[in-house]
Amino acid sequence: MSETRRLVVAGHGMVAHRLVETVRKLDTDGQWRITVFAEESRPAYDRVALTSYVDGWDAGALALPGADYAGDPLVDLRLGDPVLAVDRERRTVRSASLELGYDALVLATGSVPFVPPVPGRDLPGCFTYRTIDDLDAIRAAVERSGRGRRAALVVGGGLLGLEAAKALRDLGLSPHVVEMAPRLMPLQVDDGGGGLLKDLITELDVTVHTATTTERIEADGDRLLATLGNGTELDLDLVVFSAGIRPRDDLARGCGLDVGPRGGVLVDSSCRTGDEAVYAIGECAAVEGSVYGIVAPGYAMAEAVAAQLLGGQAAVQEPDTSTKLKLLGVDVASFGDAHARTEGAREVVFADAVAGSYQKLVVDADLTLLGGVFVGDASRYPLLRTLVGKPLPGDPASLLAPSGGGGVGVDALPPSAQVCSCNAVTKQDITTAILEKGCSDVASVKACTRAGTACGSCVPMLGKLLDSCGVQQSSAVCEHFAFSRRELFEIVQATRITTFGELVSKHGTGSGCAICKPAVASILATLGNGHILDGEQAGLQDTNDRFLANIQRNGSYSVVPRIPGGEITPARLKVIAEVAEEFSLYTKITGGQRIDLFGATVDQLPLIWRRLVDAGFESGHAYGKALRTVKSCVGSTWCRYGVQDSVGMAIELELRYRGLRSPHKIKAAVSGCARECAEARGKDFGVIATESGWNLYVGGNGGTTPRHAELLVSDVDSETLIRTIDRFLMFYVRTADRLQRTAPWIEELDGGLDHLREVIVDDRLGICEELDAAMAKHVDGYADEWRGVLEDPEKLARFSSFVNAPGTPDPTISFRTEREQPVPVLLGVPEVRT
Amino acid sequence: MNVVLCAAEDVPVGTGVAALLPTGEQVAVFHYADGEFYGLANTDPFSGAAVLSRGILGDHAGTPVVASPMHKQRFDLRTGECVDDPAVRVRTHPVEVRGGTLYLAGP
Ligand code: SRM
Ligand SMILES: Cc1cc2nc3c(=O)[nH]c(=O)nc-3n(C[C@H](O)[C@H](O)[C@H](O)COP(=O)(O)OP(=O)(O)OC[C@H]3O[C@@H](n4cnc5c(N)ncnc54)[C@H](O)[C@@H]3O)c2cc1C
Ligand code: SF4
Ligand code: FES
Repeated sequence: MSETRRLVVAGHGMVAHRLVETVRKLDTDGQWRITVFAEESRPAYDRVALTSYVDGWDAGALALPGADYAGDPLVDLRLGDPVLAVDRERRTVRSASLELGYDALVLATGSVPFVPPVPGRDLPGCFTYRTIDDLDAIRAAVERSGRGRRAALVVGGGLLGLEAAKALRDLGLSPHVVEMAPRLMPLQVDDGGGGLLKDLITELDVTVHTATTTERIEADGDRLLATLGNGTELDLDLVVFSAGIRPRDDLARGCGLDVGPRGGVLVDSSCRTGDEAVYAIGECAAVEGSVYGIVAPGYAMAEAVAAQLLGGQAAVQEPDTSTKLKLLGVDVASFGDAHARTEGAREVVFADAVAGSYQKLVVDADLTLLGGVFVGDASRYPLLRTLVGKPLPGDPASLLAPSGGGGVGVDALPPSAQVCSCNAVTKQDITTAILEKGCSDVASVKACTRAGTACGSCVPMLGKLLDSCGVQQSSAVCEHFAFSRRELFEIVQATRITTFGELVSKHGTGSGCAICKPAVASILATLGNGHILDGEQAGLQDTNDRFLANIQRNGSYSVVPRIPGGEITPARLKVIAEVAEEFSLYTKITGGQRIDLFGATVDQLPLIWRRLVDAGFESGHAYGKALRTVKSCVGSTWCRYGVQDSVGMAIELELRYRGLRSPHKIKAAVSGCARECAEARGKDFGVIATESGWNLYVGGNGGTTPRHAELLVSDVDSETLIRTIDRFLMFYVRTADRLQRTAPWIEELDGGLDHLREVIVDDRLGICEELDAAMAKHVDGYADEWRGVLEDPEKLARFSSFVNAPGTPDPTISFRTEREQPVPVLLGVPEVRT
Repeated sequence: MNVVLCAAEDVPVGTGVAALLPTGEQVAVFHYADGEFYGLANTDPFSGAAVLSRGILGDHAGTPVVASPMHKQRFDLRTGECVDDPAVRVRTHPVEVRGGTLYLAGP
């Protein structure tokens, strides 16, 4: 092994992390010991996704895998310990805590937000928008400010300014955006697109002031007063500056390195400064004079430097500066020469005012694609972006026209086309992974090539490339059906088949199994085919559904009556207590705000239900893949903070969706205010009261893979809320995979939450009426399943332990006492191996 | 031993029932899709609970099986062998229908 050398990295942002990761991957014999000085108090995180931090305030969700280098003895990550000075003569850096020599130094200090010299910019209540700490500070300020009209000003209408506006809106403020240029996103979008963008942004309750500046900000009690150049005065809770960025080249200036014409550490195309031991990468670098404010060129620089540190040679190419705005519900994308600055460039514009879309392609005389702008509908962006510099595969107008037939498919892409610009992955890289390395689904292509792991906008193309390579992405339910659950649903719905037998004989093979039978039973139940134990259906159900109770380890069952919203009268509590005593049931409060009675034998179940049903209880569906509970907090009726009646809403929702059979269980909650005591954001759908209505969050999950629910619609009235949930659930029930909760379902949905919103809020597919009707049918058709058994002697007869000895309980079930309650005597497991 | 279990129609196609033998032993009787009846010991060897009769019937590559309701291991209805773990098997019990009545035909 050669002698170890010291690599010092100043800054730990996304680009520095990519550098360290790559060096560690290439440096198989440990040539480099790496010390990383980080100014922020946390390891590098996904700054590109910073705005999503507002969705859950979960810094963990932004973590970059492996960025803490835990367990790697060759990397020392020093958090909260910025480099203060560089001494190039002695080849040392100095931080607050130590002075350290280096053999190679990489500056990766990123940039700082530019704050224009507006008088008042230092007042409390003025913020920037770059780090998790910035967002925490904004959030704290929002929480401190009182109720009533709440407004914020974003200075700067570029990409980041609009993201900041979205974050502020999600925090419940009315944002104003001030942009000096005559249009929003002046760098990326042209005038035509800018006009439409302004309309679309305004629809999101963001007030846009273009072609003016912020003159001054003054304190007004504990509020701020901003005066704009056009005379407008704004009464504000806070101000966020997002007027561009400036590379952090202070360390370089301090040690006499050259900087670029517009700042930034001047480096050549291999990222070297004038000092051969010092490199600069990422946003702080001016590569041959140009500074890039996006992550992809930074990654390319990191990889180039890593290669050089390990003896290779590498240079960065002219980077792809395409951008896509991740703003709620508004598609904006621009790429290449969006402003047609190339000589001889021609623009082809397709604007549809009614549909709210503006699309422009820039081409040269030979129809080589130079760039483009999309506003309102960026669905063609991922594909067209990859064609920059290449001849268009068809007439430009037909490429843009809605379903104009001439649309390009992935097949039209040349192998060198860059499919994932964030990670510089070409079509060929991906097809090689599929055809030669055996990647057979999107997840493995992502893992193998890194495509799709940054901004995510290329993910839909990965699926298309798999298709075009002829990889059947198997979604078959099991060996008996070559269809996915979703396809089975469509088949059952279209053919009106009502029995499993007919379905498997016409559309499947064999006699079914424990996977497809319950899945089909659930589909039949969703489509309203009577009681789940009617006729042949009984034999399709998992034991829990078959006995309308949950099986326990000793073969006994538990009984969970529905307690909507967790609200229960003392009289009903007494009934539960009496039943538990009479049948000697172990009693426990569940995590779902209700009471579970354990240890019932099959014979006892109907007797227990009889007592409960007579007292007004019904099945809580603890056994079914169905709605479980709608948890609630106490809400405005009692709580001094509550702003809406969360209990009333929870009960209404629980009664509405009870019994709905679904691909997996559905959990919900309603909180009476943003304190969120009902933990609604951990649920499949969660409702949080606002001053004037409700916010609806969807796709949350506790359990094995926790995920916070994301905001679908905000500040809606009760009627809109319920209609939106109706459609959400029905769309889920129809299209999700077997045993797929809403969280992974949304994640796998092409287009994700935005697509979901298009389908169920904007009705892009025109199916909302059908979804509404399906839910109405469910609500009208609901009947208590326990009562259904009690009223049907034939079904009742199935509730005996032994066909030849009705009434005799299973003698192998016995109990002992623990903490004054019965618990199962553990069954001796017979010697199972032969 | 020839034990009368129940009327054949008490076990609808596609379902199973449990029967208690005078010896205290429990038998799971299944009515498979092809009309055949099969008998297996009712105790699930993996959990020790007497629950196999409550499993879902189906086939695995053509072999008729029941899946335990506890943890879903599948047992060959004809041999009692666990198809997910061939080292494990449960006892089989021959059953037959005569004149609409289901008998446990025993040794
Ligand atoms: C009884 C209860 C525990 C308790 O004593 O509190 C419980 C018990 C069971 N849970 Fe649970 N879960 C219970 C609340 C929860 C919660 C908390 C909640 O709902 O607020 C969670 C996490 C939240 C979530 O689901 O997002 C939870 C996450 C799970 C999971 C993991 C689901 C996931 O998406 O990862 C399973 C496994 C599964 O469903 O595949 C599970 C499965 C089960 C099963 C059905 C396991 C089984 O097949 O035997 C348990 C049997 C229930 C029974 O016998 O009654 N249980 N389970 C709770 C019943 C609530 C109710 O009133 O209905
Ligand atoms: C809200 C937002 C949205 C964005 N969206 C996109 C997008 O959609 N697509 C895209 O490509 N890009 C986007 N970007 C830009 C992208 O995040 C940056 O290009 C990328 O993070 C740059 O990485 P970096 O490592 O060069 O710099 P940074 O991420 O800024 O990291 C530099 C780090 O160095 C630290 N530092 C500075 N000086 C010192 C010192 N002397 N010693 C030690 N540490 C120091 C800083 O504190 C910082 O942590 C977005 C940025 C923001 C803020
Ligand atoms: S969420 Fe709000 S209303 Fe509900 S209990 Fe908590 S503070 Fe009170
Ligand atoms: S283009 Fe951003 S992840 Fe692929």
